[in-house]
Parts: sequence; structure tokens; C-alpha cells
Amino acid sequence: MNITNIFNSSVGKKFIMAITGMALFLFVVLHMIGNLQVFLGWEELNRYGAFLQGNIELLWPARIGLLVVVLLHIWSAIKLSAENRAARPVGYANYDPTAASYASRTMLMSGLIILAFIIYHLLHFTVQTKAINFTGRDFVKLEDAKGRHDVFAMMILGFQNPLVSAFYIVAMFLLFLHLSHGIQAMFASLGWKSPGYRSLISRFALIGSWAIFLGYISIPIAVLLGYGSGYLNEHGYLKGVLK
Amino acid sequence: MNLTLRVWRQKDANDPGKMVEYPANNIIPDMSFLEMLDVVNEGLIAKGEDPIAFDSDCREGICGTCSLVINGVAHGGQRGTTACQLHMRFFKDGDTITIEPWRARAFPVLKDLVTDRGAFDRIVQAGGFVSVNTGGTPDGNAIPVGKVESDLAMDAAACIGCGACVAACKNASAMLFVSAKVSHLSLLPQGKVEKNQRVLSMVKQMDKEGFGNCTVTGSCEAVCPKEISLNFIARMNREYGMATLKGADIKGRSGD
Amino acid sequence: MKLDSKIPSGPLAQKWDKHKFDMKLVNPANKRKFDVIVVGSGLAGASSAATMAELGYRVKCFCFQDSPRRAHSIAAQGGINAAKNYQNDGDSVYRLFYDTIKGGDFRAREANVYRLAQVSVNIIDQCVAQGVPFAREYGGLLANRSFGGAQVSRTFYARGQTGQQLLLGAYQALCRQIGKGNVKMYPRTEMVDLVVVDGHAKGVIIRDLVTGEITAHAADAVVLATGGYGNVFYLSTNAKGCNVTATWRAYKKGAAFANPCYTQIHPTCIPVSGEHQSKLTLMSESLRNDGRVWVPKKKGDTRRPDQIPEEERDYVLERKYPSFGNLAPRDISSRAAKEVCDEGRGVGPGGLGVYLDFADAIKRLGEDTIRERYANLFDMYEKITGENAYKTPMRIYPAVHYTMGGSWVDYNLMSSIPGLFVIGEANFSDHGANRLGASALMQGLADGYFILPYTIGNYFASEKQPKPKLDHPEFKKAMEGVQALTKKLLSINGKRTVTSFHRELGKLMWDKCGMARSAESLKEALKRIPELRAEFWKNVKVTGEGAALNQDLEAAGRVADFLEFAELLCLDALTREESCGGHFRVEYQEEGEAKRDDEHFAFVSAWEYQGPDKPPILNKEPLVYEEVHMSTRSYK
Repeated sequence: MNITNIFNSSVGKKFIMAITGMALFLFVVLHMIGNLQVFLGWEELNRYGAFLQGNIELLWPARIGLLVVVLLHIWSAIKLSAENRAARPVGYANYDPTAASYASRTMLMSGLIILAFIIYHLLHFTVQTKAINFTGRDFVKLEDAKGRHDVFAMMILGFQNPLVSAFYIVAMFLLFLHLSHGIQAMFASLGWKSPGYRSLISRFALIGSWAIFLGYISIPIAVLLGYGSGYLNEHGYLKGVLK
Repeated sequence: MNLTLRVWRQKDANDPGKMVEYPANNIIPDMSFLEMLDVVNEGLIAKGEDPIAFDSDCREGICGTCSLVINGVAHGGQRGTTACQLHMRFFKDGDTITIEPWRARAFPVLKDLVTDRGAFDRIVQAGGFVSVNTGGTPDGNAIPVGKVESDLAMDAAACIGCGACVAACKNASAMLFVSAKVSHLSLLPQGKVEKNQRVLSMVKQMDKEGFGNCTVTGSCEAVCPKEISLNFIARMNREYGMATLKGADIKGRSGD
Repeated sequence: MKLDSKIPSGPLAQKWDKHKFDMKLVNPANKRKFDVIVVGSGLAGASSAATMAELGYRVKCFCFQDSPRRAHSIAAQGGINAAKNYQNDGDSVYRLFYDTIKGGDFRAREANVYRLAQVSVNIIDQCVAQGVPFAREYGGLLANRSFGGAQVSRTFYARGQTGQQLLLGAYQALCRQIGKGNVKMYPRTEMVDLVVVDGHAKGVIIRDLVTGEITAHAADAVVLATGGYGNVFYLSTNAKGCNVTATWRAYKKGAAFANPCYTQIHPTCIPVSGEHQSKLTLMSESLRNDGRVWVPKKKGDTRRPDQIPEEERDYVLERKYPSFGNLAPRDISSRAAKEVCDEGRGVGPGGLGVYLDFADAIKRLGEDTIRERYANLFDMYEKITGENAYKTPMRIYPAVHYTMGGSWVDYNLMSSIPGLFVIGEANFSDHGANRLGASALMQGLADGYFILPYTIGNYFASEKQPKPKLDHPEFKKAMEGVQALTKKLLSINGKRTVTSFHRELGKLMWDKCGMARSAESLKEALKRIPELRAEFWKNVKVTGEGAALNQDLEAAGRVADFLEFAELLCLDALTREESCGGHFRVEYQEEGEAKRDDEHFAFVSAWEYQGPDKPPILNKEPLVYEEVHMSTRSYK
């Protein structure tokens, strides 16, 4: 296999973009399914959280893997975008993008904002930096009745801040845009888009990106509408009993 | 019809160029777009001004010479139509029409609306052929070709190499052009033999020419006067992937 | 001038084989010592350049288009003939040969045409091997259709884009050789003069159309593949850039010009819509396979076509030529259309049109089948006229399409200047006075792939002429001549545009020397052309400068040549006092049909240039028919 082709050629870089995109898409799907367990109650979610955190041998390889995937995705995006810009040094006075959708024309922008979001998100819920969760609490110290890290409480507390939730929703909308074009482009770039499947793939892309959007935003919206506040009350979080 | 034209004027390759406004009066809806420009040019010549240089030849939509971005759309926006086949009945009296050349680093402007599309030729020179010499070929019916494959190959082969795909693409990518040639030849048994080397060589040359990358937006397909399908791009990507996996060698190819 | 056709001796069927054996060969190692210049990159030019490069010659190829792929061969729609007899309908090399000779109204050389028919089968094999996507049957074998002037199905086609696909095949072969460095390609260049040294063609003068630079190129032989001169009529189906400049300037250097009056008028073009018209668009003749030509029986009938009942329609071709019907040859069909329009029965604006109706075919085969066969043509028709031909009949009218005349060449395709070869539409060789449909592609590729590459070797091997250096006085002289011409065109600064002269010339030619010619009309044209030419040189306005991309200047040079060439065309038409093929003299007809005069005019007219103000000399190459009997061409 001629690996230099993959990194040097335009088509090869699109392969990298597509394969990493596919991996990230799968991650986003799994992550969403995991998160939606919030609707099963604190028991289930915290068990899931403990399960993920409990296998350092799996957790770190997975994190490093994801990091590599993200970096490759970003690297190819930057490289391809720079080439694209160079390919048209003098622009049009009047340019009609015809069939190019808004999503397809803003992939870099939506991607960069999503990247900013991911950094915030990691600090918010993974590193759990106290300064940026705007609740005045240290998420690291949340503990549920069974002595596990109280992921459920962390999510509820986190999303009760309307600004934080709004940022999440906006970011998910951008993810939706990014995926609505990205999923079908991924199939095309990898050459998995033969005529018979063309409409199937566009439908999959549309349904897939909507599902992800709705799945993710359902959590902050539910929280803003009051979901979980009873739990917080019950456990005394709102009375400031716990630190 | 009376129209206002905003036209890109550029004296030569080194001139920065600018948009210039011209009136186009007494235009008849039955005129083709290029005949309208002929009329404007006749007027300019009569006044001793330099006429607007634009490329055209067959004027029946097959040679691929004409190359105008009209109101921001390559070939003007009538589906499956070259600029030479676009007729003035497509416009309204009083319209302002902007006319620009193909814009891409790989297609430098030579003068006004005339660009150099030699990059396309060089891509074909790199491998867009079947390596057979004249003579010694088997009987035309010796290798049967299924009608379905043959028709699909013809769909791809219909490309006229005008470059509208590049002009319309936000990234100035040549993927539709290249994939059409790659697909045309690899769909036929005659061309299958060297399909791995072909796709690798042609993509390599395409990259060298400075075209952008494919974002699969579909603009190329939308403006293509021969309505070449975006599916060919996916097909080429697949072929490129297979050729890379197989580690096909392109040394000794003419374009290498 | 002594014209030696160099037709090999022996029986017709064996001439080419025998000649191939008799010709001298160039040793493979020596081939790379020979430089060949090919001007033009259409079917003939591209195929010959590629093939000669494959053989080992060093080739330079010039074309005025921005890419060799854009040559006007690309516009041929219908198909290419070959005597394959795949349909088992009685075709053979001999039948294709006979059909072509008869179609050409017995004004072509037997030996050349027979060779063309022989080679036709190889062309299909070659093109298939190159990946030309010819139409196929479901079983995977090649499909055929029938075409005007033949009663067998021998036409191979690639949707409605046969010319394009064949040209791309040749272009790809050419690209392969360019990539290998065996051909040096010069797009956007125009040949502005031929250089003859010691009686042999040894180079060309080229103008770079981007920079305006004029350069000289020396070679051991020059090949012109520069197409036809149909644009002398201004409106024709030719591309805007098609011109006579290369063969005309070669003529002025001593290459005899043969049969210029043989111009083909194609019956199925879209009618003219107004003064602004810059070119005419052809609808493939293949449409006549399924379309029926008719006009109203009544004069000045302005009813919509669907309101004219069957019994009030005149299916002209079916009535006059029952055995060939709508597939009658081009000249005959064109004249039939002109006749009914002259009678006042024409349709559409100005009454210059006849209907080509697909209603019956759609009823018989279904709209889908018709769509599959002709979709691109119907689409094109709709784009131009705004009418849907699935619902209402097309309107068609004849237009200048192809020119059978061209540089005189011998059996080896060499002109009367040794070392100058002329191939494809640019020569006069194979179509006589009229070309059959789907034969132009065949001839271009036959010349380029299979004939010239052999015969040019014979020239190199037998004539050991050294290649001159570029500082030879002949090059200098030619360069100066070209520069002076450019300067002159730019300095006139008159009142009229180049196009206005071209348009006027074209109208004059169409009226006086078009579908029907008479001594009277031709004499009028011969009087008017020199006047127009004189006015051109006094009053033309060419803008811009010489050392830059200047399309106005390009056009001016070409129109200047047309203004001279038109006179030769009319002179030839006047001299040929008979009607044959595309040349129809109203004085020579019998019951409305063309009347040939074999006793006095069975010859090729090869005109020899004598100087700017002297009448050219008419040389006659007699046409001797050993194999076929010259009969009256009847398609009744």
C-alpha cells in the first residue's frame, strides 16, 4: 500500500477526512446513546459513568485514539482548505453557489466552532474545571448515594445554566449542519456512493444528522424544563448541604 | 431587449483587470448569448475600441470552447446548456448581466474572458487513454461489452472538457472532469487493463496543476452542460482507493 | 503542372496491398531523424500525428483551438460507416465502395475510394480498442443504424456524439504521445504560411494566437489537416473558427486546389432566425431514419402543422424517391427542400423550412425509443428554437455543411508540392461531388490512422531532401510576408468591421453559388467578389495590435483569404458546365434532376495559382473508371 499517496494526494486526504469523520460520527452516536441514559435516572447513568471511568486500560487508549482521529480530521481539513483557497486566487465579482448547500460551504467554520465547543465540553464535564461551569461548584466532588461520581447531578447542574445550555444547543445545531453534509460527503469520498444508493445515502445523512441533533439537545432542554431538579432537591444539592 | 453588461476586462495575463459596464441594446430574444456579445463587439469595433475577447468555436454546445460565468453561474444556469446554446429569451428586458471568465489558479486568464485550460490536456496526457498503438487491434466485436456498462461509459465520455465544473466549484476542483475520463475508460474492458495506473497518474497530475479538492457539493454536476453525474466522482474515489491498496506502481507512465 | 495521381497498377481490390508492399520503408532507427509538422488536430490531424509518433517520427502538431480536443470533427453527430457487415444485410467492402462512388456522383477516384472502404473495417477495430463507447446491443455486440444513401445498416454510432467520441479517441492517442514526448503540441497557434524550399514543403510559419509572436518551423514534411472551407458562406454548420487559410496559402505556394465548387448542403439544419445569426446548427441526418419530411400541399398554408390533415400533406421525399424515401442522399434531399420552398410551400418564418415529423415514429416505437435515439438532438432543437419536437414537427432547412473540394492530392495523399500532404476534409480525394452521411469521419480516420503514416514513409525513403535550417532565405521571406500582412491589416483603419465583409461575402455566395448555380449568377458573383475584396483592403477596420491576443485580427486574416478563395470557387462552378452531386447548375437538369455530363466533365479540376492578378490555370485529371459503370444516379 502506497501510504504517501494517502497523505499527499487530494483524494487521499479526503479519505483521511472521511475515515476520521466516520469514526467521529460513530463516536458521536455512541456518546449520545450513553448520554441519553440520563432519562433512565441517576442509577443507570452513574453506573454507566463508573463503568467508563473504571477501565483505565480501555479508557486511555480510547481517548488517545479519539485524539489522533480528531487531530487527523483537523489536519486534513486545514490542509484541504488551504489548498482550496489557493486554487482560486482571484474570486468572482458575482458568485452563485448553485447546488452547493449552505452546510457544504461552511464546513470549516462549523467544524472550528464545534472544535471550540469540544474543548469547552471537555473542560466542563471531563476535566471538570470549576471556573467554567458557572455553578460555583466543583463537579469532581459530586458523589451519589452509592459513593460513585454523580454524573447525573453534574449534568443536571451543568445544564441548569441557560447560557451553557444555549451554547450546547447552538453547537449541536452546527454539528447537525456539519453532519448533514459530512455524512454523504464521507460516502462519496470513500467511493461508497454508487448510483443505486445515492438517494438512500442522502436520506440516511438527513435522518442521521437530525437524530443526533434532537438526541443531544433533548438533554439540556429537558433540564431547562425542570427534569432532574427533584433529584437535586432530594439529595440536598440545592440546599447547599454538599460542598 | 435592452441590457446592461458588466464584463471582466483584462488586457493580458499580467494585467490586474476590472469589471467594465457596457450597454447591450436592441437584443433579439432569438439570439444566442454569444451572438449578443458579437453585437456588442461589432459596436465596440466600430468605435475603435478593443472588442471583448471570449472563446467560442462550434457554437452548438459540443466543442467545449465557450467558457463564461454568467451572473455567477458557469454557462449561465440553463440546465445542460453551454453558454453558446443559451438564448437571450432566458433573460428579461432591462436585466444587468455580469460576465466573468472561469476563475481558477489552474486556468489563468489570458485576456478578458479567455482562459488557458491546458491543465485539462496535461491531465489526459498523464494517463487518460488506453495504451494501444494504431493497428493490430482485435475485431470490434471480439470483446462484447454489456449495454449497461457501455451506456454508462458513454454517459461519462460525454464530457466536453469545457471546465465549467472547475469554474462552478467553490474549491475550483477538477474532480468531475477527471472522474468522467477515469470512469469512461475503466468501465470498458479495453480500458480496465490499466485502470489502476490511470487513476493514480491522472489524480497526481490533477493535484500538480493546482486544482482544489472535492467537497461533494454538487455544483459541478449542476452546471455541467452534459449533466455528468457526481456518481463518477465516487466511482473514481473508489478506484483510487483500490489502486492505492493494491500498491499500483505508476513509474514509467508517460505522465510521471 | 503535370498531375500524376500515382494510382498503382493491378486489379482494384489489390491496389492498396500491392502499393503497401511496393512503397519504400524507413528503418525504425532512422524514423526518429524525421520531423513532421501536422497542422490541425481533428480526426485526421490527431490520428495521423499520434500514429506517426507511435512509428517513431518526431511530430509537431499545431491547432488554433485551445486544445486539440476541440477541433470541429467533434461536432459530427450521426456516425461512421464501415463495411463490417455485422448486420448480415449484404454489406461488403465492394458495396461501400460502390455506394461511395455512386453517392459522389462518379466524380471521385476509384482507387482511393476502394482503399477507403477497405480500411473502414480497421477503423472500427482501432476505435473500439481505444475505448470509444460505440452503441451496443444487449448481447454486447456493436449496434448499427442506416444512413442516407445506403440500403444497408453499416453506420456505427455513439449516441448523437459519434464525432466527439472518435475525436476523443484520437485525441487520447495523441495525448499519450504528447505525454511521452514524441509529439510537441502547439495549441492556440495558426499556420499563416507554408515554406517551400527547392520545390519541397519544408516548414511553416506560425502565429501564436496568445502572444502574437510569429515563428518559423522547419520539418522534413508538412501535413495539412485543416478541414473544409464551408465558412466561405459565412453561415454554415462549421465552427466559427473554421477557415481556408492553410490550404489557401499552400495553394498560393503551388499546391493545386481541386474541385472547390463541390460544396455539400446538408438537408437537416435548423432554419435561420435572423440577421444576427452567427452559425447554423445541424441536426444529424440520422433523424431522417425516423422522421418524415413534409410540407403542405397548398401554397402559403399558415395553419399549425397539427391542423393540416394527412391528405393535405406532401411527403416530398417519399413521393419523389419511393425506394430511398426520407433517406435519399443529401444533395437530393436539400434540393427537394429548396424546390418546395421556392414554390411557396415552405413552413416557418420566411417560408424557409420544411417539416421533419416524428409523430409516426413515436406512435410506432414509443416516445422512449425516440428519446433514447435522439434525445440530445431534440434537446438542442428546443434550446435553439424553444419548440418541443416530440409534440410538434421540427422545422429544418438546408445549410452548407461539408466541402468535398480541397487541396489536390495523389494516391499517397501528397499535394502537388512534394512533401506537402493534405488529409481529411482539407483534401479533395474520396467523396467526389457529394459525400454520403457518416463518411467524413471514416475518411478523416482512414487518412490519419492507416494511409498517411505509410505513404509519408515512402516519401522520406525515396526523396532524400535535407531539412533546411531556419535561417534559410525562404523562411525569412515567408516571415516578412506574414509580418507585412499583419501590419497592413492593422493599418487600414477603415469603417467596416471584418464580420460585415464576411457576412456580405457569405450572402453573395449563398445566393449566387449556393444550392443552385447558373452561369449568370456565377458571373455576377465573379464581378462582385473582386469589388468586395478591394473594398476590404481599403475600408476594413481591425482593432488592437499584432503582438497580443487579437481575435479581430485572426478573423481579418481568414476573411481576407475567403475573399480570394470565393472567386476560385465561383470560377470552378462556372467552368463545370454540368450538374453533379453538390454542384447544381440550373442550366443542366432533366425533369428537375441533375444532369451530369460524363463525356466532357469526367475529370478533377485542379487549379494552379499563377500570381495575384493572373487567372489560375485549370489542370484536368481525367477520372477513369475501370471497375464501375458510370450510371445516372437514381434514388427513385
